[in-house]
Amino acid sequence: MARTSVSKAHAKIQELSWEPTFVTKDPKYKTDYTFKKGGQKDPMKQVLSSYFPMQEEKDHRVYGAIDGAIRGNMWRQVQPRWMEWQKLFLSIIPFPEISAARAMPLLTEAVPNPEIHNGLAFQMIDEVRHSTIQMNLKREYMRNYIDPAGFDITQKSFHNNYAGTIGRQFGEGFITGDALTACNIYLQVVAETAFTNTLFVAMPSEAAANGDYLLPTVFLSVQSDESRHMNNGYGTLLMSLADDDNKDLIERDLIYSLWNQHAVVDAAIGTIIDYGSKDRRKDRESYTEMWRRWYYDDYYRSYLVPLEKYGLKVPHDVIEDAWTRMTDGFYHHTVAQFFATGWMVNYWRIDPMTEEDFEWFEDKYPGWYDKFGKWWEHYSSLSEPNGHNPIAFENTGYVYPHRCWSCMVPCLIREDTVMDYVDGQWRTYCHKWCHWTDTVAFREEYKGRPTPSMGRMTGQREWETLYHGWDLAEAIKDLGYVRNDGETLVPQPHVIFDDNKMWKLDNVRGIEFQSPNVLLNEMSDEEREKHMEEYKQGFTINESL
Amino acid sequence: MSESRPITEAGGRGDRSIPKIVLTDAEAGAAAFVGSNSRSYNYFEPKKRRATKYEDVTVDVQPDPDRYLTQGWILGWANGDLGYDASWTRMKSSDWHRFRDPNEEWEQSIYINNSNSVRTVQSSIENAKSGNAFEFWNKSWIPIIAKHFSAWGHVDQGLGMYVFMPAQRTAMSNMHNNAISVNCMHKLRTAQDIMLYNMELMGIFGDEFDGEAHQEVWLNDPSWQGVRENVERLMNIQNPSGSSEWAEATFASNIVFEPLVGELFRSQFVMQFAPSHGDSVSPSVIGVSEREFNDRDLRYTMDMMKDFLEDETHGEENKQIMQEWLAEWVPYSIQAAKGLEPIWSESEVQPVSFEESFEQVKSRFEGILSELELRVPEEVTT
Ligand SMILES: [Fe+2]
Ligand SMILES: [Fe+2]
Repeated sequence: MARTSVSKAHAKIQELSWEPTFVTKDPKYKTDYTFKKGGQKDPMKQVLSSYFPMQEEKDHRVYGAIDGAIRGNMWRQVQPRWMEWQKLFLSIIPFPEISAARAMPLLTEAVPNPEIHNGLAFQMIDEVRHSTIQMNLKREYMRNYIDPAGFDITQKSFHNNYAGTIGRQFGEGFITGDALTACNIYLQVVAETAFTNTLFVAMPSEAAANGDYLLPTVFLSVQSDESRHMNNGYGTLLMSLADDDNKDLIERDLIYSLWNQHAVVDAAIGTIIDYGSKDRRKDRESYTEMWRRWYYDDYYRSYLVPLEKYGLKVPHDVIEDAWTRMTDGFYHHTVAQFFATGWMVNYWRIDPMTEEDFEWFEDKYPGWYDKFGKWWEHYSSLSEPNGHNPIAFENTGYVYPHRCWSCMVPCLIREDTVMDYVDGQWRTYCHKWCHWTDTVAFREEYKGRPTPSMGRMTGQREWETLYHGWDLAEAIKDLGYVRNDGETLVPQPHVIFDDNKMWKLDNVRGIEFQSPNVLLNEMSDEEREKHMEEYKQGFTINESL
Repeated sequence: MSESRPITEAGGRGDRSIPKIVLTDAEAGAAAFVGSNSRSYNYFEPKKRRATKYEDVTVDVQPDPDRYLTQGWILGWANGDLGYDASWTRMKSSDWHRFRDPNEEWEQSIYINNSNSVRTVQSSIENAKSGNAFEFWNKSWIPIIAKHFSAWGHVDQGLGMYVFMPAQRTAMSNMHNNAISVNCMHKLRTAQDIMLYNMELMGIFGDEFDGEAHQEVWLNDPSWQGVRENVERLMNIQNPSGSSEWAEATFASNIVFEPLVGELFRSQFVMQFAPSHGDSVSPSVIGVSEREFNDRDLRYTMDMMKDFLEDETHGEENKQIMQEWLAEWVPYSIQAAKGLEPIWSESEVQPVSFEESFEQVKSRFEGILSELELRVPEEVTT
C-alpha cells in the first residue's frame, strides 16, 4: 500500500458491515457459548490489497527454492529414512489445512463481531494456500525421490489407513460440532497456537538435518501465516471469556483439545522426528526436549497461564498428564513401535534402528534400551523376507494393542487403559482423559447444562474391525498398498531398494487379521475382566525369537 | 545404498554443531525396482489424458465415504449430519468428484491473479492522480460515486463474507469448495478496493466527497433496498440442517443476481455513465471485478451447474430444482434491478436509459439460461 497507511485503510473497511433488516439472520453454525455483540478488535489490521502482493512475494521464494532443489538434485543427499515418513506426514497434513479453511464460517456465523470476521477471511484463504502448497511439495517428492510408491497413492491411502484417522480427527475436529469448540478452541487456541510450532518449526529443522531443505522452505512459509491465525483465536477467546457462563465450556473444550492433540500430534510427530532422523548428534534436541520448549514453556507457561487473570480455567493436570506420558510413559516410542509392528499395512517404509540410533535414544531417553532395544533388534533381524512372517506375527512377546475409541491411537501405555461399556458396546480408551472425552465431553449436556451444539463421535472407530477375519494378503490388496507389478508391497520394513529384498503378497498370505475390539465384545464378562487385567500388566519382549 | 559416504564430518564453529552432509544416492532413477517408475498420483481419473497440477493438488484432499474413506467420517453433529453431508444441497450427483474448476485455481494462481487485480486497481488510481484526471470530473458526478458506487461495496462484502464463505464449508468435493473460496476472496477484495478508492477520493475531493454517505444510502435510500433485500436473503440461504445450501447459494448469486443486478450496475451504469462525466477511473476499478466475475466466477459456476444438469441419473431432477430456484430468486433480483432505476436519472448526462440497460442484462441473462438449457421465468420475458 503506497501512501495510505494500512491501519487507516483497515479502519475504513469496517464501514462495510451492517446489520441485516430484511431477514432475521439465522446463524448457519451454532454454539452453546453466549456472546455480547462487538467487543474485540482485530489486532492484525490487514487489508487484502496489501495481503495478496505480500503473499505473492513469499511464493516467489518458495517456488524459487523448489526449482533450485530440482535443478541441484537435492534428493542425492536426502535420507530415505526421513523421506519415507513424509509419505505419512504429507498425506495427513493437507486435509487439516483445508479443513481449517472450511472452519472459518463456523465463527463468522456464530460470533457477532464483523471486525473478527475480516481476520477470518484472511485465514480462510491462507489455509487454501497451505493445503495446496503442501500437496505440491509432496508431488515433487513423488517425482524426484528414489521410491515414489506410497506418494503415488497418497490421498487414497490417507483415507483408508488406520493412521489416517489419527490425523483426520484433527481436521474433522475443526469443522464439526459446536462452532466455538471446533474453530476457536480446538483449531485456533490449541492446534495453531500450541502445536504448529512442533509441526511447522521442529519438523523443518529435522528435515534440514536429513538433507531436505525443501520442506523447511515450504513449512516456514506456512508458519509465517500462523501469527495471523493465533491472533484471530486470541480475540475470540477474550470475547468468550467476557461472559462468565462460558467458563465451564471453555474448560471442557480446553481439556478435550489439549489432551486429544497431545494424543494424536505427539504420536505422529514425535515418531517422525525421533525415528525418522539419521541425525544422531547428541546436541540436537529430541522431540521431548522440543516439546518442553515449544509447548510447555512457550505455550503453556507464556500463553495459557497468563490468561488465568481473565478467568480462564487452565486444566493444569491435563498438561502435566501429557508431560508424564511423554516422559515416564515413553508415549511416542510406544507409537513408533506400534507403527513398525504394523508395517505391512502402512504405505511407507520404516528403516530399522541401528546401534548408533540406540545410543542416541539411550542418551536422550534414559531407560530406552531396556524397554525398546531388544524389540528393534528383532525388527532388524526380521526386516528382509527369509521365510518368516512379518514381525507382528512372530513370537516377539509383543501384544497387539487395543485401540482408543476417542483418539484412535492404540492403548499403548498399557496400565493407563480404561475399558467401559458405552452406548451398547465395550470400548477401550488409552487414558482417563480419552474416556472422559467420549463419555463426558461429546454429550448432550455438560455439568447439568444442555449442550445441543456439541459434536458427536461417529464412524467405524476401530480400523481393525474392517478387516476382522481377513487374510492379511487380501487386506493389503483391498487397501491398494501393492506396487505396480501386482505383487510387491508398497510398505517394507527397510529402505533397501532391491527387488530381491522386498516383501511380496505371497510372503504375507495365510495370516489371519483380527480385531481386538470385536474379540473383546465376543468375550464373556469373566473372560473380558481377566483379559483386561492381563493387558494392563503389559508384556515382556523375548530375548530371542 | 546402505553404505552412505559422509563428505563432511559433523562440524561447526566453537560449540555450535551442524549436521553432516551425506550423499545418499536417493534421487529418482538411482535404482530400478518394482514401483520406482510410478511417478504420478494414481487414485483419480484426470479430466484430460494427463493430470494437471491443479488436479494433483486438489482432487481427493477432501475425502468421501463413497470413495476411499472406509471408516467413514469420524466426527459429526448431534442431529446425525456427517462431516460433509450430501443432504446439505438439493442437487444430486452420481459423482461429486467429477467437477473441475475450469480456472484451475490453486495456491500459486490465487496469489498471482489477485495481486494482478490489486495492481491494476492501484495503478489506475495512481495514473489518474499523476495525470490530474480527477480535475476533469463533472461536479455532479462526485456525490454519485460517493453514494452509489461505494454502496456496491456492501454487496460484495455480503456475498463474500456471508454467502460464499459459508458455502465453501459445505460442498461435497474439494474442487467445488476451493472454487467457491476463491470466489469469496474476489468479492471481499473488491469490497475493500471500493472502500479504499472511496478513501482516496476523500483525499482528492475533500468536503465535496462525503466518504460515509454510502452507509446511509445502503441502509435507507429506496433505490438500494431491493438490492439489499436480495443480498440479505442470499446471506440467509440454508438447507434443512441449518447450514449453507451451497449449490443454491452459488446459483442464486452467480446465475441470477450477478447477471441481473451486478452487471447492470457495473457494466451498464458505472462503465456507461462515468466516461460522460469525465471519470475514467471508476470504470477501471470496477472493471477488474467485472472481469473476475465474467472470466472466472461465472465460468466455474456454469461448469458446476452443467455438471449437475448433465448427470445421467439425476440431471432431469436437478433441472427441475434449478427451475424452482429461478422461480424463487429471479423476482428478488428483478425487483433489485428495477429499484436502481432512479440512479439512471440522477446524473447530469444520461448516455443510456434504464430501459436500454435493463434490456441488455435481461438478454444476457437469457443467454446464460439458454446455455444451461433452463426455461426463462415469466418475470423476465414480460
Ligand atoms: Fe494452516
Ligand atoms: Fe486416546
